[in-house]
Order: sequence, then C-alpha cells, then structure tokens
Amino acid sequence: MSKKTTAKSTSKTLSTKSSSAELKKLPKELLIQMHSLMVKSRVLEERLIKIYKAGDAFFWIGGPGEEAFGVPLGLQVKKGQGPEYDYLHLHYRCTPTLIAMGMPMIDSIRLIMNRATDPSTGGRNFSNHYCYPKWNVVPVSSPIEVQYIQALGTAHVQKRHNKKALTIVTGGDAGTAEGDFASCLVWASRKGHELPMLITVQNNFWGISTSYHGQHGETFIADRAKAFNIRSRVINGNDPIESYIAIQEEMDYIRKTGKPSFIEAQLSRLYGHSSASGANLNTQEVDCLKEFEAKLLKAGYLKEKEVQELWQSYEQEGFEAQQLVRSEAGPAAETIWDHVFVNNENADWRKF
Amino acid sequence: MANMAQAIRMALHYGEENLGVKDIFGEDVGAPLGGAFTATQGLKTAWNSPLDERGIIGMAMGIAMAGERCVAEIQFADYIFNTIDLLKIAGNTHWVSNGQYSMPLVVITPVGAGIRGSVYHSHSFDAWASRLQGWKVVMPSNALDCYGLLLSAIEDPNPILFLQPKALMRSRGEELIPGEPESEKELKAMIDAPIGDRSKWKPKWPKLEKYTVPIGKGKITRQGDQITVVSCGRHLLLCNEVADALKQEGISVEVIDLRSIYPYDWAMIKSSVQKTGRVLFVNEDTEVTNFGEHLAYRVTQELFYQLLARPRVLAGKNVPGIGLHPNLEDATVPQKHEIERDIREILAEVP
Ligand SMILES: Cc1ncc(C[n+]2csc(CCOP(=O)(O)OP(=O)(O)O)c2C)c(N)n1
Repeated sequence: MSKKTTAKSTSKTLSTKSSSAELKKLPKELLIQMHSLMVKSRVLEERLIKIYKAGDAFFWIGGPGEEAFGVPLGLQVKKGQGPEYDYLHLHYRCTPTLIAMGMPMIDSIRLIMNRATDPSTGGRNFSNHYCYPKWNVVPVSSPIEVQYIQALGTAHVQKRHNKKALTIVTGGDAGTAEGDFASCLVWASRKGHELPMLITVQNNFWGISTSYHGQHGETFIADRAKAFNIRSRVINGNDPIESYIAIQEEMDYIRKTGKPSFIEAQLSRLYGHSSASGANLNTQEVDCLKEFEAKLLKAGYLKEKEVQELWQSYEQEGFEAQQLVRSEAGPAAETIWDHVFVNNENADWRKF
Repeated sequence: MANMAQAIRMALHYGEENLGVKDIFGEDVGAPLGGAFTATQGLKTAWNSPLDERGIIGMAMGIAMAGERCVAEIQFADYIFNTIDLLKIAGNTHWVSNGQYSMPLVVITPVGAGIRGSVYHSHSFDAWASRLQGWKVVMPSNALDCYGLLLSAIEDPNPILFLQPKALMRSRGEELIPGEPESEKELKAMIDAPIGDRSKWKPKWPKLEKYTVPIGKGKITRQGDQITVVSCGRHLLLCNEVADALKQEGISVEVIDLRSIYPYDWAMIKSSVQKTGRVLFVNEDTEVTNFGEHLAYRVTQELFYQLLARPRVLAGKNVPGIGLHPNLEDATVPQKHEIERDIREILAEVP
C-alpha cells in the first residue's frame, strides 16, 4: 500500500482493482472456500439484522463488511484449547472469523435471541459477544479496548510454553485512542520479553458517528507499532487475498520469532455501527464480498448458478435456525445466581 | 515472629513451590527492591512490570484465562482506581461466559491510613471492593492469618482481592507460621534482603508448611457478652485494645475479626449479636455507602426484635482525602477514643 494515498481513499481504490494474476496467488480451492465462508458470514449477519428488525432481538451489532479480513484470519488460527493453541481476544465484529473457524449459524442466532441455549453466554450478553473455550475464544466484552491488555496474559503464558502458538487481538480504529492500546504495545514489545501476538486493528474509519479524520495525528495507526520496534503493516482489508497472505506472513513471523506483529486492515462498515444507528446497508462503502465474487465469476472459478444456490442454501439455514430458536426457552429467572462464583458457591448473600 | 511483610513473602514462596504460582508481578515487585514494602523479596517468579496498573490487571486476567496462577500487585490501593472496569470484567467473566471461563487470580494491594501517607497513600478500598461482584475480598489483621488467607486466595478458583493494611506491614503476630523459625533474628537473616548490593543474595527459605484460613470465616478475637464490635485489618487491633481496656472496668466486649469482607461470616456476626443485642461496625473507608452499612442494615432486617440499641457504623469521614498533618488524618479515620466513645454510647442506650 502506498503511504502517499490517504488512508480512506486507499481502502476505496485498492479493492476495486481487479486482475486474474491476483487470484493466482492462492489455490483455487482456498479462494472458493473463502468465498463460501464470506457468503455464510454475510448471510448470517443479514439474518441477525432481520431478527432484530422483526423484534426477535433487543440489539444487533456485528461485522458485515469485515469478511475479507475476518475469514482469512479464522482460517489460519491454530485451533484448540489451552496455551498450545492460538488465543483469540476478539471484539464485536468477528462473526466472519468464528464462521471460518466452524461456528454453526444457529449459535449466533441463539446468542442474539438471548436463549438459554446460547452457547456463548446463556442469554446474558449481546449479539456477536462470542465465547468458545474449546477454541480459546475468550469472552468478547463491550468495553472498548480492554481485550488488548488481557491478550498480554495469554501471550505471556504461551511464551512460557514455547509451542509456537500465538495470541490474536482485534479491535476498531477509534478504540486505539484508549490507553489500553498503548499498554498493549508497551507490554508486547519489552526487550527480551517480546510476546507472540498478532495485534490487529480493523480500521473502518468510524467510531459510531465520529469520523477517523480529525481524530488522528498519526499517518497510519500501524505507525504507532513501529515506535515500539513492532513489525507492522497496513493492508487492504477489503481484499481477502491480500488479507490471507498478510496474515499468513505475519503469523509465520510470530511463530518463528516469538515476537509481536501488527496489522492495520482498512475495511468497510457495511451496515453502520449497530441497530442503534438503523442497521441499514451503506451503499457508499466498498462491498468486499461483491467484489470478490465478481472476480471469481469473471475468472470462471464459480458459475452464476452455483453462487445463487450457495446464497440460497445459507439463507435457508439461517431462516430455519431462526424458526427453531424462536421455539426455545430463555434462561430461567433464578439462573441469575448461577456462576457468580465457581461451583455456584456463595452467590446470594441472603444465604450466607 | 514474622511480620506481615515476611508472612506475605513466605506465603508467596509456598505458593510458588507448592500451589503452581508462576508469576508474581507489579511495579518494583522483582529484584532489586522486592516490593515497596519488601513483601516480594527473593521470590523466584517475581518480576518488575511496566508502570501501568491497567496493564498489570489485564496481564493477570489473561494469565488466569490461560489456566495459570499468578499474583499481581498494585503498589498502593490508591492507584487501583483506574483499573476498576477491569476489576468489573474480571468479576463478571465467569458469570457472563455462563461458567465457561473462570478467573483464578490474586491481586494484592496495601490499603488504609496510619503511616501519614497523605492523600494518595492512605486510601481504603474495602467498601469499593465489596461492590465488585464475583470477587472475594479479604483483609488480615495479623501475620498468621495473612499467611493462611493468602494460601487460600491462591488456591481459590475465583478472583481474590487481598487487602494488606499497610500500617501493619511491620507488625508482628503472636503466633508462629508453621515452619517459621522461633527467632526473629534468624528469620530476618534467612529471608530479608541485605541493605546495599543484593545482586548475589539469595534467600534461605524455612521449611514452610501448609496453613490455610478459610475465606468467608471470621474469628472471635475477644469474647464478651454486652456488645459486639466487628472490624478487620488495622482497626481490628484498635478494637481489641479498647475491649481489653474496657474489660478492666467490667465492660464485656466481643470483638469479631471479619478477615473476609466478601463473602462475610454472617453466621458469626448473627450469633454474636443475638447474644449481645448491641453492635458496632468499625472500618476506615469513607462512611457514606460504606460496607459496614450493609452489615448494619442486615442486622436491622434480620435481628431487629433482638436488638437493645441501634446498630452503628464508625468509619472514615466523608471527605475527598486524608490530609497529611496528623490533626487531619486523625480527624478523618476512626481513632481509638472514638471506638471507645461509641461503645459506651451504644451500651448506654436504653431500649
Ligand atoms: C470504553 C468504552 N467507551 C465507549 C463505548 C461505546 N462504544 C461502543 S462502540 C464505540 C465505537 C468504537 O469504534 P471503533 O473502535 O472504531 O470500532 P468499530 O465499532 O468502528 O468497529 C463506542 C464509542 C464502549 N463500548 N466502551
């Protein structure tokens, strides 16, 4: 990416350039797999929005528009439980990553519809606030940026285990103004104690209604990592091929050296911030999926009919999941006392 | 007899050797200083963190989520306030993940006045801490309890806030820690770092034994039947002294050392108040929305018809800070004569 172009225009222009040479950079099957997962994630997010708009959920927030970065990320995670596998400290726009890791659509629907069956929180938290111990996906929490300092701890333990596992942390651009972002860079880069972390920022150039422009003195957010001797790069996060290769290179570097690396992925926010801002499609933004799909069609990797069927099959899956979840119970009132402490001891002071 | 700083050190050493503690960290916690109060000298897993309280708590949370045990220090509780939302998250992670992740970590931090620490080395945190749901909060009043509570804290699967009354860090207990040599001098020679160059120094740890104080259990430190006084930490010792003095006059005061602020030993408080009918809660955090008020409220709700006097809370004055001049500090945090005055007033009440 050219440093001369402004950040915003870069993300717009780069994603529109098309070349079949680009497709050759990755195996065809992988491209088709990524496309399928991107469609699945998009369809799921659009289903979540429909669920919200139908009055079946109180709130929606999610990651439509981030598929071209999130899917390649999820595909390259060393997936498993415990310090020998990668940890993920995600924020609320990471459905594409979870879908790529194998999360069934219905899990996300149970979460947004706050059912007892919700595998992440049991009906306690918002949409896209995932938690999967079996994949080291620690709980997504709403406070901006706190994941950047918790990630230090899992990376610290991984360094001790020395099994080439790493910690991934994601977040938005506006949140980098928080002190926790700086803390992350400080602690991850201490000389002799560098941490195996892939630190990422998904820069959609918005923090709710506040534009990126006017809030940042640095040229690129990634430049801040450089001050800490952290290897860093800016990528077009609307391009799944560029994203995949960049993530692969940085993960290789981290696993090999045990040191941190930083990716600023510039990408789109397709449905606004959340349901609080309407959750309507923003046609001004680049749609990474549309572009990628067009390239694959043009190159003959996919046929129109296949693509249609793909979208339809995921639509059907999402629709059926919603119908099923509608019939499921919410958590029972008395469960508020569950898990205050481990083994349910001492929860209610009236019973001490 | 060990002092409290030595007791903490020995408990942490026991934790490193036997309870899986792999990281003890915070500002100036590692060599050469070994902690602002020397409580972490000579520990093999102690290390110096950046000067960043939020980073310290975040690091501890990550270590806990990766399944390992750590003890993190905030150098003074006065500087824990900028981590409060992280403490909230540490306390709600188990709940919000519907039991899937737990947060087994210990945060140790010195609290309270009594060393002329002025505005930013005198804060209390117990009332704030009691509002951190999902945390257990403990505060010892002597070296042996300190050792036993810290071992329990390390073994507990929940986040534990271990409040150290900073004015007691050099105070010696009356009972030996199991394994501790009888001679103070000998202990000092074994585990206190020398003044000056410490680069070659290594502690010689005594053969310590396991001793735990269960979290949630108080201790009756003075038996009595006319009034119950409930306290913990530094003020517990003042309450004991007042009880001893009043005993000379034939006034019988029962003193309870809470030891755990949350969960607290309601059974002990209840049975004592049922016996005495009168109760005073003493602590040095500020008085408005004080944890003692919760206990007083509970006493009125559950024991109202057994009471002979209104329950009272004696706590720190509701002012923004603790001033340096002794006149200011002493007027702000409860003093011995005020404890005595309140006891006498409560006893004088006629139902
Ligand atoms: C500490 C904190 N402050 C404020 C908020 C409210 N809030 C939620 S999202 C958001 C904007 C975040 O923007 P950015 O970091 O760019 O991420 P994006 O949502 O654009 O992906 C704000 C202010 C919050 N959740 N946490």
